[in-house]
Parts: sequence; C-alpha cells; structure tokens
Amino acid sequence: MKVCFSSSGKDLESVLDSHFGRCQYFIVYDTENDEYKTIDNEGQHSEHGAGIAAAQQVIKLDVDVIITGNLGPNSMELLKDSSAEIYRGSNTTISSNLESYKSKSLDKITEPRKPHFGLGNGNKHRGRS
Amino acid sequence: MNISVLSGKGGTGKTTISTNLAIALSNQGYKTQYLDFDVEEPNGFIFLKPFVISGEKVYVQVPQVNEELCNNCGLCGESCNFNAIVALKDKVTIFEKLCHSCGVCTLVCPQKAISEKDREVGFIEKGSRVELSAIRGVLNIGEPMGIPILRKLKEYLKEEYINIIDSPPGSSCSVINSVEDSDYAILVTEPTSFGLHDLDIAANVVSKMNINFGVVINKSNENDSIIEEYCRNKNIDIIGKITFDRRIAQEYSKGKLLIGNDEIDRVFDTITSKIMEEV
Repeated sequence: MKVCFSSSGKDLESVLDSHFGRCQYFIVYDTENDEYKTIDNEGQHSEHGAGIAAAQQVIKLDVDVIITGNLGPNSMELLKDSSAEIYRGSNTTISSNLESYKSKSLDKITEPRKPHFGLGNGNKHRGRS
Repeated sequence: MNISVLSGKGGTGKTTISTNLAIALSNQGYKTQYLDFDVEEPNGFIFLKPFVISGEKVYVQVPQVNEELCNNCGLCGESCNFNAIVALKDKVTIFEKLCHSCGVCTLVCPQKAISEKDREVGFIEKGSRVELSAIRGVLNIGEPMGIPILRKLKEYLKEEYINIIDSPPGSSCSVINSVEDSDYAILVTEPTSFGLHDLDIAANVVSKMNINFGVVINKSNENDSIIEEYCRNKNIDIIGKITFDRRIAQEYSKGKLLIGNDEIDRVFDTITSKIMEEV
C-alpha cells in the first residue's frame, strides 16, 4: 500500500506540511517494502490552482492513502473521484504520522477547507488596502 | 480625452473626485462621460443616480469537452498554463474560474473534442443624469477576474467626450488596464503616511506608463506637508485640495454629491482649469 505525505522536507524525519496544495515535497511510503521516495510538489510553483496541480500529481502516483493537514475545494474536487483515502495528520514527523496512521488514530478528511486556508488562514486577500 | 482617477490607497476619495468632477465638467458645457471601472465594487451610481437606459451582459469563453470524442490523452491539461483543465482517469474536469480564455486547449486537442462556450461574468449598465452619461461595469459576486468587464467598458469610451475613469483602488492589473489609455491622471491622496506610501506607488505606476498626472489632496488638514514635501521633491503638481470637513463625510454617507456648495465648486473649477492646461 502506498501512503503519500505532504512534507516540508525530504526524509521521514521531516515535519508534515499542513498545506496540501503548496507543500514542498510529497513523500510516498510503500508499506510492502518499507521504502519511500521523495517528489517535488509541482503545485507549489503555480500562481493559481496549486491544489489542482498537486492533486493531479498525487493521483498519477496511484497512492492509496494521503496524509496531510488541509486541502481546498479544488484539490478535493479532483480527489473525490479517486480511490485514495485522505487523513488529517499532525504537526510532527512523517514517521510519527505513519505510526499514527498504522494505529488507526488519524481522522479522515471528508470536507475541504476554505480556499487558500493555509495562507493567512483564508483571510489574506480580504478587504481593500 | 481620457482622464483617470486613481489613488493607490483605497478610501482616499476617488469616487468623490470623479463623480463631482464629471458633474462639474458637464455643467460647464463639456460633453462628459463618467465610467466606473471599479467593477468589484462600483459605487459611482450611488451618487450620480443616473437614469439607466441600456446594458449588456459580459461573457468569457470557457472550454467544454465532447466526452465521446475525448480519448483522455491529457494533452489539454498539460498545455494549460492556468490549471484550468485536468484530464484524469476517465474524466476531464474543468475549473472555469481559473480559465483565462486563451483557447490553447481547443487548439492542441488531437481529437478536436474541445469547443468553447460562453460563461457570464458580469454586466455593463449605461444611463444619464441630465447631460452627463454614466456607465458602470459590475463583476458578478464570486468571480475572480474583472479584466473581461474592463475590456468591454473600454468600448464605451468616446473620443469626442471627456471620459472620467473612476479606477479601482491599488495598483493591480485592473488599475493598469483602467488607466493605460489616459491622457491625464488625477492621483487622489490624503495627508497621512498611509496615503503617502500608496501615492508613491501609484505615482510610479503612472510615470512608468508615461501618463501626465497631478495630485489632489482630499481631507486636507494641518498635516498636508507630508504630501506637499513629497510632491515638491518629485516635481509633481498638486492641482487641488479639499479641506477636511465632517459635513462632507455626512453628505457622502447619504449618497449626496458635493457640487453646489461654493467652496467645493471653486475647488473643482481649479482642478478643471489645471487639467485643461495640461492636456
């Protein structure tokens, strides 16, 4: 089974990145052979639609599980049709989140956050000067 | 002749200046049009209260996929610069609000499965108040891009008229689009450090665009020197000042125009003469 983490760093001791669309890396861990690979997230370079680019990339990797912090409506729109299960991890290392997943203590994510939730909690572009 | 009114900082008095200037010019006998280019939050009509006679909806083109012809090659998604179209597994998903209507997906599809359809994003309204023509663009709520409305609004500019362009706040893409064909720009500011900070940004923008401009200090008070010193150093003309008066704010809050008051009329007469000298 392939488990995909949104990560701020390149290895299993890196901290989980809570922003799915704009995380730096995806770490895909294979439970069958205890190996992992690190991939650059294409979404982080998008001016708009980061969640779309990220979701597209992850779907193509054919993962079974996604562990992240928050996803917006665009990535949710694409992921709802895939068979991947999405869970909310916590602000610790990838390996720690993996253990939590294995012990079934993570909650499923079924609803998206507001758009741009991680960038100033969705309030960055509100109002005028 | 196109005269745009911008500010950098929001809330300095663009609409106050544009609406009253438009009326003043019209009263002086000039053929004048007021155009509200702040399509996300057009407020000029609150003060002008024009009799609206016509309007039109504004559309953009977005892709639609004929699923029967589509073979899911994914080329459309790969070619899209805006993440607006995605081909995954057996389905093509289109994110219409991200689409910039460039048409590339329709061109690259090897199956010719993509065509374009219209999507409504807003509307234009045109009316008049006595001799003054008033036009406004309105972006539908929830729409992220105002540029298509601005493009349509520009079709209403009339060469033989004085067109007063009430621009959006800030110095964004929408502002650039609004002011780019101006013969003169009025930069409205207030005597505060916020006002000065954003005035500088706006001044840089119009300078880079080689547009002749002058400054109006709204809510003028004993702190004017903060703006005056800046303008002196940069050789920028201050073409008018409106003294801060609580009554002005009160009238504004009731949606009333300021023209008709002697002092205000004098200010706008001065602004008008200065502009006519420059153009």
